[in-house]
Amino acid sequence: MAGLEDLYREIILDHYRSPRNRGELEVPPATMAEGFNPLCGDEIRVYLQVDDEVISNVRIGGQGCSISQSSASMMSTAVVGKSIDEARDVLRQFKEMMSIHEHGLDGEDAAPGDPAADQPGASGLGDLEALRGVVKFPVRIKCATLGWNTLDQALTDSSSE
Amino acid sequence: MSTNDSSSDGLDVAAIKAEFPLLQREVNDHPIVYLDSGATSQKPQSVLDAMDRYYAEINANIHRGAYLIAERATTAVENSRAALARFLGAPSAEEVVFTKNATEAINLVAHSWGRTNLMEGDVVLLTALEHHANIVPWQQLAAERGVEIRWIPVDDEGRLDLTDLDVLLDGVKLLAVTAASNVTGALPPVRHLADAAHAVGATVLIDASQWIPHLPTDVTDWDADFVAVTGHKMCGPTGIGALWGRRELLDAMPPFLGGGSMIQNVTFDGFTPADVPARFEAGTQPIAEIVGWHAAVDFLEGLGMEAVAAHERDLTAYALRTLTERFGDDLVIHGPSTVEERGGTLSLAYRDIHPHDLSQVLDQHGVCVRAGHHCAKPLMKVLGVNATARASLYLYNDESDVDTLADALADAGDFFAF
Repeated sequence: MAGLEDLYREIILDHYRSPRNRGELEVPPATMAEGFNPLCGDEIRVYLQVDDEVISNVRIGGQGCSISQSSASMMSTAVVGKSIDEARDVLRQFKEMMSIHEHGLDGEDAAPGDPAADQPGASGLGDLEALRGVVKFPVRIKCATLGWNTLDQALTDSSSE
Repeated sequence: MSTNDSSSDGLDVAAIKAEFPLLQREVNDHPIVYLDSGATSQKPQSVLDAMDRYYAEINANIHRGAYLIAERATTAVENSRAALARFLGAPSAEEVVFTKNATEAINLVAHSWGRTNLMEGDVVLLTALEHHANIVPWQQLAAERGVEIRWIPVDDEGRLDLTDLDVLLDGVKLLAVTAASNVTGALPPVRHLADAAHAVGATVLIDASQWIPHLPTDVTDWDADFVAVTGHKMCGPTGIGALWGRRELLDAMPPFLGGGSMIQNVTFDGFTPADVPARFEAGTQPIAEIVGWHAAVDFLEGLGMEAVAAHERDLTAYALRTLTERFGDDLVIHGPSTVEERGGTLSLAYRDIHPHDLSQVLDQHGVCVRAGHHCAKPLMKVLGVNATARASLYLYNDESDVDTLADALADAGDFFAF
């Protein structure tokens, strides 16, 4: 049985209690993307300041549940200071972590050739590994990925300008 | 704390619970406490048996074959229609049209009646309590036709604010209103609204999805013109609902979906539609679900809707009292504060714990509640929230279920006490 401790890891609750990089940035020069979870009405805004292909500043706005808020907070600390390509790499890894088990629930095996599937620490995601437990609660995956999908949009917006 | 409240109102809840297989199971090592009947109710064994028996003994398409089991299947469907008409207080079974659910019933009216009767500049009056199912079909029509949509607002307790009803009704062609809010539990004064709408020549549609499972229904007493209902919230299967409409209105309406069964004749040049209700029942119907719904109607009539309503009124009063006494200002229960004005739908806000997180902790206690906007985003905006945790009570719930909910809420408070 998946218990609450699988979902609400201490580091997740810490980011929920004390969200990092809360606030906004002036647009422009920053870009802003908004994301909504149509199931529960949660909304997140991601402000991105990109200088010379490097994310120099990130701010998170909006409101939502502990999982969506902590995931967005952890995301902000994970991508600030990274190049756009590096940030996209983290984004891709995170979404892989969230999607492998979605398929797994249907009885399929984890994606072949992905050694990170069930080895905590092997993915290079660091603290973000704490969110791996979310996949045991499929309804909450959308909460965990809300901020990341919004980041995806913000990255696209900033590189098209 | 009490664990059995069956003596006061005539419903033997322990015996009723025993008839629902799903309510016997455990969830997360706890006996299930199902408090999400506003989303869908659980089904008694008699409904499951009726559907199994249909498939095992008389499965055949209806209104077609002239052989024994086809005759039996046809009779079973028409018996269900007659039982539902009686349950609704409808003057005639021919006024009952089977649909997939209440959403399809409302879309049928918007499509067939609306596109015949509503022109640019006409007004549709809705209320801020409506489910998206009774909003979006009218917004689609508004976008297509230039129909104006007006809204009856709600007050602080989530009741309709009828102060300006006369002004709002000016020029209205259709009033579409819920009989019971799926968020605040509020019970709008349906007959009063129907009278006021008819006085200005408007047609009246009632969304009774959240009413019919809980309270005696009489479409004639409401003086409604259309009533949309669904089976799965009243102990019936999913995938089956109905539209009741006044015969003269249905007779004047063009078909909704085109296909088999809804025609009198088809030639290379065109078609002649069938009479009602067949005109609106294109294609093979969900026969097993129609049969299962009949069993649900029988189940509810066996208990008596007056007894069901009395039980839920007492249980709602117990829940309001228990939760308020135990949690005080930490807990907001949206909606009217007295059982005279509400049903057993309790939208909760507990401290600043997000409804998703609340329902996650409740689930660990086996308590099932709905977290989200309940497909009523305009109302959520009025209430000033993005989401609530909703506990909805039904005939198989008792005071022990409310007590377990309270214990689980307290645990959630401890878990998220920062």
